[in-house]
Amino acid sequence: MLSGGQLQVLVEGAWFTVQVFLLAAALGTVLSLIFGIAGLSENRVFRGISRVYVEVARGASAIVLVFFAAFAVPIILGIPPQIFAAAVIALGVNMGGYGAEVVRAGIQSVSRGQTEASIALNLTARDRLRHVTLPQAIVVMIPPYGNLSIEVMKGTALVSLVGLADLTGEAQNLRVQRAILADPPTSAAIFGTALIAYFVLSQVIALFFRWLERRVGGSWYKERA
Amino acid sequence: MRVIFAQVSDGWQWDMEYALEILPAIARGLWQTVQATIIGITIGMVLGLVLALLRRSPSRVVSWSTAAVIEFVRGTPLLVQLFFIFFVLPNFGLTLSPFVTLVVGLGLHYGTYTSESYRAGIDNVERGQWEASTALNLPSTTTWTRVILPQAIPTVIPALGNYLVAMFKDAPLGMGIAAGGVLLAAQSAASRSFQPVEPYTVMGLLFLAVSIPAALFVRYLEKRYGYQRG
Repeated sequence: MLSGGQLQVLVEGAWFTVQVFLLAAALGTVLSLIFGIAGLSENRVFRGISRVYVEVARGASAIVLVFFAAFAVPIILGIPPQIFAAAVIALGVNMGGYGAEVVRAGIQSVSRGQTEASIALNLTARDRLRHVTLPQAIVVMIPPYGNLSIEVMKGTALVSLVGLADLTGEAQNLRVQRAILADPPTSAAIFGTALIAYFVLSQVIALFFRWLERRVGGSWYKERA
Repeated sequence: MRVIFAQVSDGWQWDMEYALEILPAIARGLWQTVQATIIGITIGMVLGLVLALLRRSPSRVVSWSTAAVIEFVRGTPLLVQLFFIFFVLPNFGLTLSPFVTLVVGLGLHYGTYTSESYRAGIDNVERGQWEASTALNLPSTTTWTRVILPQAIPTVIPALGNYLVAMFKDAPLGMGIAAGGVLLAAQSAASRSFQPVEPYTVMGLLFLAVSIPAALFVRYLEKRYGYQRG
């Protein structure tokens, strides 16, 4: 079993993991909305840009993006390396590629009649999106968005490969330091604890989205009644 | 000339000669990644079917513990699972090479995903097919192998294609246990030369050259065959 101090190290790593996840998810959400909506634009150029973004952001994979952002981008731009920012941005960009498709599918699921009614009521395109389409689309988007968020949280583990001390990185550090520790933990204890911590995090995210679904779905149906 | 350009671009410029020099090594790494993916998805497809069947077992203990394993594996990162297989299992007398660890990890992780697709495919087989099998007095094995699965599996194929593409994108994680592959090849080129831009760019472009056509092909299959019945 792990000693208190060793557990403390993993808890700090887990907190780091949560921070990476929240920042990446925030960026990913913004990108999802921008490129998801752009993907449905009547403007061909916007649609094209959205398509290219989605294919590259998803196709390159999170891990390839993280390494590229961490080690190639700073040299190309001539700036000092910022591994943490690079990892967060790469994970957010990757999430945005998947999220844009969730947003696009969600908006497309809103029935045509809603759009037609809004046009008949003389709403502007912006009001139509803000007050009619998006509120209904969000209810549809929540479950796939929850799954995506869990995938992103799991994906944060790879930031340990570029040297960051997240939960996985700290677990690896503990394993490597075993030789110099007075009470060396077993690999089973280290990685078993890490796996359980990740499982707890993914269950918390799942619960949050289930709660959100009930809340948003509930208020939407109440408004309609 | 070279010096002047280097000053303008703040000390860095693309070195085409170097990029071409490392291309073969990174392409070989990519081929290892593709191999790991092909073996991994094979394991994942078989394991997923086994998990889907165990999940439907009449024994509560079996179906419940299978569901728990699936939920746990799906809720934890592949990378940590690879570390677990690689560093913990030897304590229990099971030592796997890095490459075998990678394909087993990929197969296990994605097996839990494919099992859900099989489950949906099996659930979608009409009730009447079960009833007809019972009426014809078919043994349970025959019902599964000759009636249910032949109808369920074709509807699952597009979903399996999506997991194939997703697995390819996760396979470079094998770098964490030195299992070879495209990322390890790029990284070793970068650390030899201290010129990381070319290796990681070549890696990214090669990776996209495989993953985007693969994703488009799967989407084509999905459209073409996804919702056909019968």
